[in-house]
Amino acid sequence: MSANYLSALLFLPVTGAIIIVLVPRLSARLTRYIAAVFTLVPLVIAVCLFAAFDRSASMAGAVQFEQSFAWIPAINANYHVGVDGLSLPLVLLTSLLGFLVVLISWKVEQKVRQYFFWLLLLETSILGVFCSLDLLLFYVFWEIEVIPMFFLISTWGSGRKEYSSIKYVLYTLFGSAFMLAGILSLYFATGSLNIIEISQGGLAMLQSVMPAAPIFFLLLVGFAVKLPVFPLHTWLPDAHTDAPTAASVMLAGALIKMGGYGMIRVCVSIFPQVAQDYAPLMLTLATIGIVYGAAVTLRQTDLKRLIAYSSISHMGYVLLGIFALGELSLTGAGMQMFSHGLVTGLLFAITGVVIHNTGERDIGKLGGLAQQIPAIAVIFTIGGVAAMGVPSTCGFIAEFSVFLGAFSSTAADGVRIFTAISLTGIILAAGYILWLLQRVFFSPALEKFNAVHDADRLEKAYCAVFIVLIFFIGVYPTILTDVFKLGIEPIAAFFGG
Amino acid sequence: MNLELLLPEMIIAGTAVLVILLDLFGGRRAVTIASLAGLAAAFGVTISMWGGDQQFIFNGLFALDGYALFFKLLFITIAALVILASVDYSSRFKSSAGEYHALLLIATLGMVLMAAAADLIAVFISLELVAISCYILAGFLKDRKSTEASLKFVLLGGIASAVLVYGMALVFGFTGETRLAEISAAVQGLSAASIVGSPGLLMGMVLMAAGFGFKIAAVPFQMWAPDVYEGAPTPVTLFLSVGSKAAGFAVLLRVFFSAFSLPQALSSDWGTIFAVLSAAGMLLGNILAIQQGNIKRMLAYSSIAHSGYILVGLAAVGMSASASAPGQSNLLFYVAAFTLADLAVFTAVIIISSKLNSDLIEDYAGVGRRSPLLASALTLALVSLIGLPPTAGFIAKFYIFTAAARNSLLWLIILAVIASVISAFYYLRVVKVMWLNQPAGDERITASPAPGLALAIACAGILLLGVAPALLMKLVEAASILGS
Repeated sequence: MSANYLSALLFLPVTGAIIIVLVPRLSARLTRYIAAVFTLVPLVIAVCLFAAFDRSASMAGAVQFEQSFAWIPAINANYHVGVDGLSLPLVLLTSLLGFLVVLISWKVEQKVRQYFFWLLLLETSILGVFCSLDLLLFYVFWEIEVIPMFFLISTWGSGRKEYSSIKYVLYTLFGSAFMLAGILSLYFATGSLNIIEISQGGLAMLQSVMPAAPIFFLLLVGFAVKLPVFPLHTWLPDAHTDAPTAASVMLAGALIKMGGYGMIRVCVSIFPQVAQDYAPLMLTLATIGIVYGAAVTLRQTDLKRLIAYSSISHMGYVLLGIFALGELSLTGAGMQMFSHGLVTGLLFAITGVVIHNTGERDIGKLGGLAQQIPAIAVIFTIGGVAAMGVPSTCGFIAEFSVFLGAFSSTAADGVRIFTAISLTGIILAAGYILWLLQRVFFSPALEKFNAVHDADRLEKAYCAVFIVLIFFIGVYPTILTDVFKLGIEPIAAFFGG
Repeated sequence: MNLELLLPEMIIAGTAVLVILLDLFGGRRAVTIASLAGLAAAFGVTISMWGGDQQFIFNGLFALDGYALFFKLLFITIAALVILASVDYSSRFKSSAGEYHALLLIATLGMVLMAAAADLIAVFISLELVAISCYILAGFLKDRKSTEASLKFVLLGGIASAVLVYGMALVFGFTGETRLAEISAAVQGLSAASIVGSPGLLMGMVLMAAGFGFKIAAVPFQMWAPDVYEGAPTPVTLFLSVGSKAAGFAVLLRVFFSAFSLPQALSSDWGTIFAVLSAAGMLLGNILAIQQGNIKRMLAYSSIAHSGYILVGLAAVGMSASASAPGQSNLLFYVAAFTLADLAVFTAVIIISSKLNSDLIEDYAGVGRRSPLLASALTLALVSLIGLPPTAGFIAKFYIFTAAARNSLLWLIILAVIASVISAFYYLRVVKVMWLNQPAGDERITASPAPGLALAIACAGILLLGVAPALLMKLVEAASILGS
């Protein structure tokens, strides 16, 4: 009956959301506690599933905790969920962030019930994307996510929030429109919506002559918008910058990972040959993303926007790892997704505290905060160091695996050149992080910030969770790589590595 | 002659007469209850016929098959919900309530007959029955705008009917038959070369497509829709948008599928025509909707766009009319899902607009604060019109696109999905205005019981079909087999 645990994990947050909306005259305080409970329990389940996951080599590529029953028989669609080595860590990450964002949002005072309703609905939809093994179900969860994010940004955001939220929606829908066409063609070509079945059956399942490359690209556009891949990235800085802190954490931490996950799960594993043929193109885009993203980050003057742009660069590593098509590089891509979720989650969370406490987000007007708010400065510095990929943090392991894996990969042409160029991203990252830390925290103290409060106990607590995990995974990465490997092996086997 | 097979129609007609008489003695309330009771009775009788043998009655004039029964049930439900939704609104009419309800019932009678019509003459008569009732209904407010709407509707509708009849006459001239099954036999009797070589028959087909295109507001025959939708009383707009449109599709699909599906060369000809009309409708409807400030006008363009999506299904049917699963069921499902969503949107608009006394989108500011429940219902319905999960609209889009994908209409699917992205922009603008803008007043907006019930039914349907669509899919599969 273990399968039901996964479904429980999936639907607990939305159950909480429905309770919050339906119970009349719920106080703000009680709403927060309900939200906390309905995200903590899924987190506990996720940890248990992670512990119970069978890591033996014979389970490579196998789906565990599976559950399946007919949903719409007329089109052969099933409610089919399960996790393998690729999705399980992302499920864990999402449920972790899902709980932490409730704590991060503890101080939200405006329309509290609506706020937590959307936040919990968002968590279920992201979890659903990672758990679904049926293309229609996958797409349903993929699309549901748009509405909560629209409301979160447009109602509780700041700055040009209405512009950013509608831009986010239109970009996402634009991408998923192509994805829908891709899913339909795939369905028409194979007669199945089962992701595992299609990727194992491969081209043998094609019942009709339909060129694979167009389907591959239709699907890829949807994922590329989400990851985001240059040149489809322009929604990201706006959305991240104007979103409320918790939504930024969810967006950067879990949501954009849907893009990378989808690329591996759907594009690469169903169309390995096409992926190999077009790898140089994708590697070019990855390299541009890494270098361009990092270079633009250097020029940012808004604290949140700076971290948003750094995400573009970091997601470039994911794309590089995926389309280098080696086992190590794909594992590295998975690690980078997990690590970026923690690191950027921490950075957005602490940035939210800085902006909230100082009332200032312009880097030029901030300065010398290390003296006034030492705890925040320490937390921010640790986050920054992890984002730079300093050894002993998870960022290091992730980037190292991506680069080593990409450099040694034999599957894609010219991958070494792309890797070499991408390495400059690391130098640029060190540049923008250190420069940021120096300008905001380690310059001479400014008098106007003398009265600024440091992080309170709750803020220190959730930041501590992030920090512990960042170092734990940095020191003991095997706990994740073992799991990722099981999911990656069958995919990498096609490319002989 | 089995007269009991026409029992639903007779009940509706009888109720229409009864309602007029009742108006002399009883009040508005009695009229409403009598109409609903009549519709409920007709609904029950229709359900009891489900699963019976396919047959033709009145010398082949009407067909009695799953397809006809499905649409009869749909139309009766629509009529009942429209009557519920117009309970408060109808007090604005200067004429008595009986007239309004009788006209609605007569139009419903026409729609129910359209669903079953298997002969060009029956098609035309039932279509005119709907059209003439609707002309009068559109002018029911008797103010400047409403009268203008009605007049435009009559003039353009008259032309469309003339075109339709001309098309029918040509088809009759070339095949010598008015019964759809006989026309099909006559067409198949011709050699392929003589079909292509006879412009008269093709001309007849094209003119008929144009005539029906007017009824379903397909581009480029959509000119009347925005003005009529804006000027007509909102419940009548609702009736036009879901009822007469669904009836148009019912008869369009039956005529083209039953009469012109073979040979394949012919059906892929009209399949292509409808594919082009569909693409034009989706793009033009959605693009023009963006700049509308009046919600009824916006919904008119949205309705034009949705006709385009439904035509995707018809194009797929045309492309594969001889195949085993040509895709009627996909079309039927979309019609049902669109009906529910549009019913919910218009019902919410009727309730909100009559309180605000304005149809302008900008005046919807802060409705989310003044009535969270109504605003949530309207949001849900709009999300369904965009086609996002977990609503009926999403499953319907996916399902109708699968029919197109089966028939190599990938280009049309891509156009359709891009059109839905465009549509998200204007639907979400209403959502944004409702939830994010500051309200002009603090007074709460509440729904009275009858329209509230109609709205609740439609919203429940939207969610139910979005989460568990298997039930209706079974139904539409059973209904997609046309008697021949």
